[in-house]
Amino acid sequence: MENLQELLHGFTIAVTVPHLLLMAVGVLLGILVGVLPGLGAPNGVSLLLPLTFGMQPVSAIILLSSMYWGALFGGSVTSILFNIPGEPSSVATTFDGYPMARDGRPTTALATAFGSAAFGALIGVILITFLASWVAQVALAFGSPEYFAVYFLAFASFVGMGGAAPIKTVVALAIGFAIAAIGIDTVSGSVRLTMGIDELVKGVNFVVAVMGLFGIGELLVAVEEEFHARAVSSKIDWREVFRAVGRLPRHSVALLRSAAIGCWMGITPGGPTAASFMSYGIARRFSRRGRHFGTGEVEGIISPETADHAAGTSALLPMLSLGIPGSATAAVMMGGLMIWGLNPGPMLFVDQKDFVWGLIASMYVGNIVAVALVLLTVPVFAALMRIPFVVIAPLIVIICVVGAYSVSNSYLDVVMMLGFGIVGYLFKKLFYPLAPLVLAIVIGDKAEDAFRQSMLLSKGSLGIFFANKLVTCLIVGGIALLLLPLVLQLARLLRKPAPSTDETTSREKVII
Amino acid sequence: MGRTSTFLLSAAAAVLAGAVPALGAWQPQKPIEFVATAGPGGGTDNLARAVQNIVTKHKLTEQPIVVVNKGGGSGAEGYVYGKASAGDPYKVIFGTSNAWQQPLVSKVAFNYTDLTPIAAMAQDEFLLWVKQDAPYKTAGDYLKAAASGEFKMGGAQSKDTDEVLTRMIEKAGHVKLTYIPFKSGAETAVQLAGGHLDSHVNNPSESLGQWRGGTQRPLCVFSPKRLAQGAKVTTTEGWGDVPTCVEQGLDIKQYEQPRTVWLPGKVTPEQAAFYVDLMKKVQATPEWKDYIEKTSQVDTFLTGAEFDKFIKEDLDHVKQVAGEQGWLVK
Repeated sequence: MENLQELLHGFTIAVTVPHLLLMAVGVLLGILVGVLPGLGAPNGVSLLLPLTFGMQPVSAIILLSSMYWGALFGGSVTSILFNIPGEPSSVATTFDGYPMARDGRPTTALATAFGSAAFGALIGVILITFLASWVAQVALAFGSPEYFAVYFLAFASFVGMGGAAPIKTVVALAIGFAIAAIGIDTVSGSVRLTMGIDELVKGVNFVVAVMGLFGIGELLVAVEEEFHARAVSSKIDWREVFRAVGRLPRHSVALLRSAAIGCWMGITPGGPTAASFMSYGIARRFSRRGRHFGTGEVEGIISPETADHAAGTSALLPMLSLGIPGSATAAVMMGGLMIWGLNPGPMLFVDQKDFVWGLIASMYVGNIVAVALVLLTVPVFAALMRIPFVVIAPLIVIICVVGAYSVSNSYLDVVMMLGFGIVGYLFKKLFYPLAPLVLAIVIGDKAEDAFRQSMLLSKGSLGIFFANKLVTCLIVGGIALLLLPLVLQLARLLRKPAPSTDETTSREKVII
Repeated sequence: MGRTSTFLLSAAAAVLAGAVPALGAWQPQKPIEFVATAGPGGGTDNLARAVQNIVTKHKLTEQPIVVVNKGGGSGAEGYVYGKASAGDPYKVIFGTSNAWQQPLVSKVAFNYTDLTPIAAMAQDEFLLWVKQDAPYKTAGDYLKAAASGEFKMGGAQSKDTDEVLTRMIEKAGHVKLTYIPFKSGAETAVQLAGGHLDSHVNNPSESLGQWRGGTQRPLCVFSPKRLAQGAKVTTTEGWGDVPTCVEQGLDIKQYEQPRTVWLPGKVTPEQAAFYVDLMKKVQATPEWKDYIEKTSQVDTFLTGAEFDKFIKEDLDHVKQVAGEQGWLVK
């Protein structure tokens, strides 16, 4: 009840003319970055971040989160119409969305995607509404060992469920850890891995890494593959839009299951990309029409889209209440929170009620605005896709270079960004997953600090990770996830003496 | 583009006004950059922004001022940047005693001698904080309980001011504390509120909200006399009600963190004099008094020989502690 009251108060903050305008602007920009290949929500949000420094924190977060919703929707547009995922998290949508669109049913595919995406987002917001203050209360119980356990769970879930070959995930994580270690170490106070470059004492900025890995990396791949995306007619028959949305309840099982997967992956820092892949994979296994997946199946669109948006939305909860970003975009927004002078974490719910509940209310409103706008703007953005690649590509490079430089007015950052671009390209060519690398860059040094703080607290005994129920559950869960691929492999070995690995699926999945 | 035209305008204005100031005095001819050696929202950042506001509001210089944050590596990023900008009088670096303490204990690529000291402007106080429901009422009780050797003291960063003070408390109180370094004072405060630590030594502004929110309270202040009364923080108490640590039997008379202002090295004495004068003017404004009171700091102004002497004394002191702990870098 108290939450509902807070929420109503939040609505009075979110539903004002300037804020509604900000939402519309944010959603439109978000759709734009979602549609353009090589950009995407983390880049879009980090590009917009410097513009928000002079704003009220509530207005700033509304702008950024609206952009996030827009980007999540926008990513699906190109996945479905052109088979080009604008976002890593909408890769799974291409599997069935594109065949359906090519089949002459782009309207059905888009409407189904947007309808189920809105459903996923709604479930995510409801979860935040009712669990937020509970999580905030629980959050004070989080000392260093508990923080480490949560990070451990996140890393383990990438190894266990990420979809890519576990060993490649581990390699990506390890490289990320090494990058996160650059700079001054909190616990010993000494300088590490600066390789003789004095400026590296500040460490590697996450925005610089992401711009290179995703923006430039994607671009290099695209240049090499020389994509000639043929435009599919994207006229919208309004009646078909409503018919497609009206058919959604028939797939309620898939909707609910995907929403549940999405929420779980959003709260544990698994993120929307992993959620959409997991959801697609599970749907393929459990759906009665599983054999038809990949040929334009409705549930093949519903499952990844619902999970993607449920995860994208609920990823904001751990960021707000624990200060742990649930996705790359949430990580960028968390940087924003700190720049606006707010400290993400348990005290945010106590000290900054207006901010928190204004944001949560804006999620309800923002998603409605996003669904409305995305349907209206589809023809416009479809036309944008006809702009030749030779024009788009230099624009992306300019955006990434300016973005990296503006982080701290440093040329070194630009050079590093380009270097990360090459790393991103190599990762994609060699089928290494980027998400664990990004995850390790973002929370690698925090995990290390938490571990070493725990060791100081316990005077070197690992027993501190089993000292109470909370930390024990988290650690045991993490170990279970870590061992899952090993157990599955053993089980397969026992069943079939000669296991044949499905090369194409593991390749499809490795993009996560 | 907007910046260029303002720049041209103000440059023109400066040329026109050039005849007015006293002959020989150096005046800035282009925009000035304030470099805060801390992330946004930290104490050093607040100082840089407060000074920026005051200078702009009272038009103490014709030139626009931009604040940039270079807080990476516990502030080393900003100092290294200052060192690299030698001879550039348009970069003003705002820091703390970190400028001379950090090079002692960690291999950073700068020393305070690479910079031109301008002034020490405000002193931030340290207090001993415990959880709200902790059984001890005074520092004496705390020390008695800490004799068990099981106490956990949190602080911001490693081998920095917080840990130096912790080691001093150990020595003065004949106890052994486990020091746990966190990223910032704010993070440390949350950990104390959750009961994962026994105490910390935050500055007043870092734990103000927590004291008001009833999750932790100060036992004593490391200062020769009690703080200025000011407004009440909780319903019953304000900063002036906090006893000094000496009163309570913890014999550390004074421990403060100066907020310091620097120019890069190799600037002319006239250029340095301009900024010393600018900071003096800032200190005379009512907004400065307001800033000092709001952040519960002590208003001081050290420059020239006095500032040098302060640095030397503090260095000797820290060297002693760091030497005892084996922290000094070879």
